[in-house]
Amino acid sequence: MAEATLNIFRGDSTNGKRVDYKVDVTPGMVVLDALHAIQGHQAPDLAVRWNCKAGKCGSCSAEVNGRPRLTCKTRMDSLPLDRPITVSPMKTFPVIKDLVTDVSWNYAVNKKITPFTPKKDTDWKMYQQDIDRVQEFRKCIECFLCQNVCHVLRDHDVKDKFGGPRFFVRAASLEMHPLDVADRVPMIKEELGIGYCNITKCCTEVCPEEIHITDNAIIPLKERVVDEYYDPILRIVRKITGAKKA
Amino acid sequence: MAELHVLQDQTFGATKRRDAWWAEIIPVIIVLGGFGLYATFRAFEGKFYQCWDLGIPYLSPFYSPLIDAQHHWWHWSPALLILGGPLSFRATCYYYRKAYYRAFFLDPPSCAVNDRGHKSYKGETAFPFILQNLHRYAFYLALIFLAFLWYDAVCAFDWNGHFGIGVGTLIMTVNVILLSLYSFSCHSWRHLIGGKLECFSCSAASSARGSGWRFTSMLNERHMLFAWLSLFSVGLTDFYIRMVSAGVITDIKIF
Ligand code: SF4
Ligand code: SF4
Ligand code: FES
Ligand code: FES
Repeated sequence: MAEATLNIFRGDSTNGKRVDYKVDVTPGMVVLDALHAIQGHQAPDLAVRWNCKAGKCGSCSAEVNGRPRLTCKTRMDSLPLDRPITVSPMKTFPVIKDLVTDVSWNYAVNKKITPFTPKKDTDWKMYQQDIDRVQEFRKCIECFLCQNVCHVLRDHDVKDKFGGPRFFVRAASLEMHPLDVADRVPMIKEELGIGYCNITKCCTEVCPEEIHITDNAIIPLKERVVDEYYDPILRIVRKITGAKKA
Repeated sequence: MAELHVLQDQTFGATKRRDAWWAEIIPVIIVLGGFGLYATFRAFEGKFYQCWDLGIPYLSPFYSPLIDAQHHWWHWSPALLILGGPLSFRATCYYYRKAYYRAFFLDPPSCAVNDRGHKSYKGETAFPFILQNLHRYAFYLALIFLAFLWYDAVCAFDWNGHFGIGVGTLIMTVNVILLSLYSFSCHSWRHLIGGKLECFSCSAASSARGSGWRFTSMLNERHMLFAWLSLFSVGLTDFYIRMVSAGVITDIKIF
């Protein structure tokens, strides 16, 4: 049976070290299984957040060999065993303990987004062609891997000005909803700070649900911001026609 | 989150990634940088851009539309008069932005690889990058250029009043097709044709725009591919015409 060494971050936001643990690699084992094996036999106090072990709850996010991943969807046999496999908490959020981070900032951002707002006396009939776009965004499992990898949050740390890709996905799912009537574009520009995104697509690269975050959510929202704020001709058209949107 | 930074290496370029993440940006630096140098040289060169003097109906895409070739009022290379159009289209393209922000500004160099982490980062909220928001105007301009290039490609079949096909004709035709695919897979176009609508089924017009949006979305998935193919084709088309015009190679007439 092959043996792997996991080099795991142990500590919290103020103090920490990296510790090596050896585990036997069993067939079909994922990194989360290895962490559980370590928890079960060597380090019962190892803190790991998980829930479904099926890639659907979004709890087990961490960085495996430097790559933001769901640990329950990262197979051990996909990783080279000749060197220790590093497992670190998500860099962008404060560590509570070991691999568990405090992601509560994300919930605060979420509250800024105007919820689904149908018009009065809505006829609740929808056609597939109108909700195709939105369905992709509904796949989000809130793993926050996209938030973690986004350099605007990770390196520039402008959490006060920028909402991050997960919330552009949510805003897009509402803005493009055929029955929604709220205008979130000013909020997307000012409060979620979409202009800080420089469309470098790392969020798309890490999304375990393979949502085309940049192409299908962020860029279309950027274009909507252009409609309302930057396009001089549309501005004139709105002035002349008195319409709110053009 | 400053506390965590104490525990994680904040130095520029630091990462725990083991793969060759830099291998993604090196080809971009070489190809975009190389194209930039070649295009600059050709734009300033001011000659060998057409083959009409040899009885061959080719015009380089770097010089189309050709303005004041006789230097009545413009004393420098005619390419300099028009270069801004295609340049602004590519420079503000959402795909190229990703490519050069990563490869040339290292912002970020790659995913989960530290960028400079500078606090002055403004992204596309401040000058000069706030101008990227005008990409749709560069698209409108690109359509005008595209019309000229289609005209040039059609003219490349006209050999002194007779239908003919040379190697250059084929190159110019493939080039304008790739440029069209690149232009009509544009994200701004995808928005304008129908992406901005909330409801595709609400009227005949919105349904037609919905179909346009779906078709553009299909092209848009390959926008990166078209961006590179059309960059190569435009450079190669110019290079071929330059070689023929300078007499270095002879164009082969196929038909
Ligand atoms: S595309 Fe934008 S939101 Fe996504 S990771 Fe890059 S900068 Fe962040
Ligand atoms: S968009 Fe993707 S990466 Fe981001 S939180 Fe949702 S599932 Fe995770
Ligand atoms: S444990 Fe639920 S996604 Fe990994
Ligand atoms: S040309 Fe690339 S997005 Fe418009």
